[in-house]
Parts: sequence; C-alpha cells; structure tokens
Amino acid sequence: MKVSYYPGCSLHGTAKEYDQSVKAVSSALGIDLAEVEDWSCCGATSAHSTNFKLSVALPARNLVLIESAGDKEVMVPCAACFNRFKSAQHHLAHDDRLKAAIDGIIGRPYQGTVTVKHPIGLFHDDVGMEAIAQKVVRRLTGLKPVSYYGCLLVRPPEVCQFENYENPYMLDEILGTLGAEVKQWSFKTDCCGGSLTISRTDVVRNLVDRLMTMAREADANCVVTACPVCMANLDTRAGDNVKLPVFYFTELMALAMGIPGPADWFKLHMVDPTPLMSGLGLM
Amino acid sequence: MKTFLEEVNEKISGVPIQRCYHCRKCTAGCPLASVMEYNPNRVIKMIQMGMKKEVLNSSTIWLCASCETCITRCPNEVDIARMMDVLREMALKEGVPAKEKNVVLFHEAFLRGIKLRGRINEPLMMVNYKLRSGDLFSDMSMGVEMLLKGKLPLISPKTKNLRAVKEIFEKTRQ
Repeated sequence: MKVSYYPGCSLHGTAKEYDQSVKAVSSALGIDLAEVEDWSCCGATSAHSTNFKLSVALPARNLVLIESAGDKEVMVPCAACFNRFKSAQHHLAHDDRLKAAIDGIIGRPYQGTVTVKHPIGLFHDDVGMEAIAQKVVRRLTGLKPVSYYGCLLVRPPEVCQFENYENPYMLDEILGTLGAEVKQWSFKTDCCGGSLTISRTDVVRNLVDRLMTMAREADANCVVTACPVCMANLDTRAGDNVKLPVFYFTELMALAMGIPGPADWFKLHMVDPTPLMSGLGLM
Repeated sequence: MKTFLEEVNEKISGVPIQRCYHCRKCTAGCPLASVMEYNPNRVIKMIQMGMKKEVLNSSTIWLCASCETCITRCPNEVDIARMMDVLREMALKEGVPAKEKNVVLFHEAFLRGIKLRGRINEPLMMVNYKLRSGDLFSDMSMGVEMLLKGKLPLISPKTKNLRAVKEIFEKTRQ
C-alpha cells in the first residue's frame, strides 16, 4: 500500500521518536510511505486563532502538492496537523467563495481528491487488527495503559470523522492486541491545554496533573498518546507526585512487533520509561 | 451600522449564536472555564447585549484552547469554538490590547517561524517568543535537557519554495 506522508514540524523536532516509530511500524505492516515533496507547516493553533483564511490556505498548499503528485491518501500522524487538514477540507467543500479565494492564493485549484488519514485509523481499519495481531512477537504483558486521544483527532466530529468521538476505542483495541491490559477511564478525549503550555504553563500543569491523577485512579501504569502536543504536555508538565511514563502508540507497536528502535526512542522521553519496562521484563 | 451580534454571526457564517438557550453544556465541558474571565455561554449573552469592548478585552478569548468540546456538545450547534476564533481575529484587527499578551506573542512567534522557513524549528521559535515576551528563564533547564537529548535540532530543513509560503501570508493579510 503506497501512502503519502506528511510529518509536520514537530515530527522533525521534539517528536522525532514518533516520526521514526510511525515509519518503522508502517514499513513492517507493508505501508510504503513517501514524504510530501517540499511540504510546509499546517499553521496549527496559531493560524486559526488569528487568521481564518491563512488557516485554510496553509494546509491547502499541502493538499494541492499531494494531489499534484497523484496521491489519493495522506497519512498525518500529528493530531494537530490532522485536524487542520480535515478542517481545511471541510471549509473548502462547504464554502464556494472561500474555495475560489484559496484556489487563487495557491495558484492551482484543489480538486478534493485526497483522503486524510491518521495512522490509528489506517492501522486499525485498512491494515486490520488481524494483520497487526499476526505481527506481534512479544506481548506487552503487565503494561497497563490508558489510551489518550486528546481533542484534535476527534473534534469537531463532523470535521474529523473519527469514530465514536466521546468514547473512541480504536487505540484501545490496538493496544489490547499488543497484549497490554488497557484500562478504562473517562478522560480519553479531555484537553491537555495544547499550546497554552508555553504562554500559560500554570494552566497546563493543572490540566495535566488532573489527567495523570485520573490515569492513576484507573490503575494505569502509563499513558499512550498519538499527538506530539499531548506528548510534550503529559511528558513535561506533570507534577513529580503524579507523573507516569508516556508513550506514542507506535513505539509500543514497534516494541511488540520486535522492531528495533524502542530503546533509543525511550531515551528521548523526559519521564524515563525504562524502569517500568525493565521491571516488566519488556526491555 | 451592524450590531456586534450581526458582525459576529456574519463572520461565523453558521448557526446564529442567539440560538443558544443557555443550557451551559459548553461551560460545563470547557476545560478552561475555571480560569476564564467570562464563561463561554456568558460571552454569547454579552455579544447579544452589544458588549463589544468587554468581550474583546476579556482574557476568555485568549484562554480558549480550541479543544472544540463546546461545539461537539452544543444541542443547538452553535459553533462557540469558531466564535472564539472570530473574536480573537476581531480583537487583533481593532488593536484591542490582549489581556493574555503572551498567548498573542506566542502565536506571532509561531507564524513568524512559518513565514521565515516554511516550517517551524521549535528551538528558534521558542527563542523568538522568549525574547519578545521577556519570559527568558522559565523552562530553561528543561530546554537544556531536551537539547542534550537531541530533541531540539538547531538546524532543520526549510520549505524550498519559500516564495509560495510568503505569498500565502501576503494574500491572506487582513
């Protein structure tokens, strides 16, 4: 399966372990990723908070690049980029005047032929749970994660078109297939505070402490995410008394699938997951 | 002359916000409501009452994290998250000084980063933000630790066709 790949800025920086693990797992599952040629930033929160047209035009440039390359599908692992791509597609499909203006700005019309996919959905639905199960060589016995989807994969529902937006389960199912004992909690889609982490760190600390407290109450020993912003906040803003190791779901997939890399990726985490993993005999 | 309500509704271009019947589901689900100056549903009422200055001046519009819980749960499909974007854009356009000035400085540093390189280089963007906000020392030790781990590459590839990106900024400038 050939799929276009949009890493976004974080995956080339603070989230490089996400980039590397997504690529390694995709390759093992037979997905051939080709990075979008000369991509640019999606604009993230800062564009849509200050300039609506800019927030549509920035992802639109990338969609046009993907379309021009003849690709039908693009994998977008960063939840923030995923949301901005989906949002731009939604506005372009529903507002003809805006569509004409954006086409003019980009200099080439977007035909609307690209499907934007997040790796959770792509792995769960397109690759399929059975194919993933067949690749598991080391079950993650003893690992008790809560799955944390955050905001931008699931909301708003009619834009993101992600399953079950108040209580999503795809990530839970993937982790269960790896042999982890997934814990249930009601904070799967609660907000971590996003980019306020820089400008209002105090607010984000409170939100993250609450998430970690609730994860502990659910008897989890780690938190699993699919978003570089959530990862940064959960991994750096939790208080010492509540913090837990945090993983990108693809790191755990790689570990269970016997793909080399996890030990190096874990070194990039701020909350060191190696004591937990060695204690469980998983490393 | 348009009322504040008409102005906001026109820019949202969706369900008119006066459809809100104040069930407060938005406020109940808002993760930032406890630190906001006015709760989300109260902002709607204030817009209806024409309290433009108070709304655009408020910390609320800059503390909204765009988690989209409000629009997801609103029984009347009032797009409060989009409304917050509209209010922020109006505040900037009308030169209303932001009560949460660092939030605005962060957005400016972020967008400047895109304009300069096509892609965000996180350490450069952070330095830019810190110099402008004067908040020089918070997260210093964490930044050093990240740098040592190799999480913050000082050099990262730019978008080659920077002209295309700059043009997007120029043509969408308001």
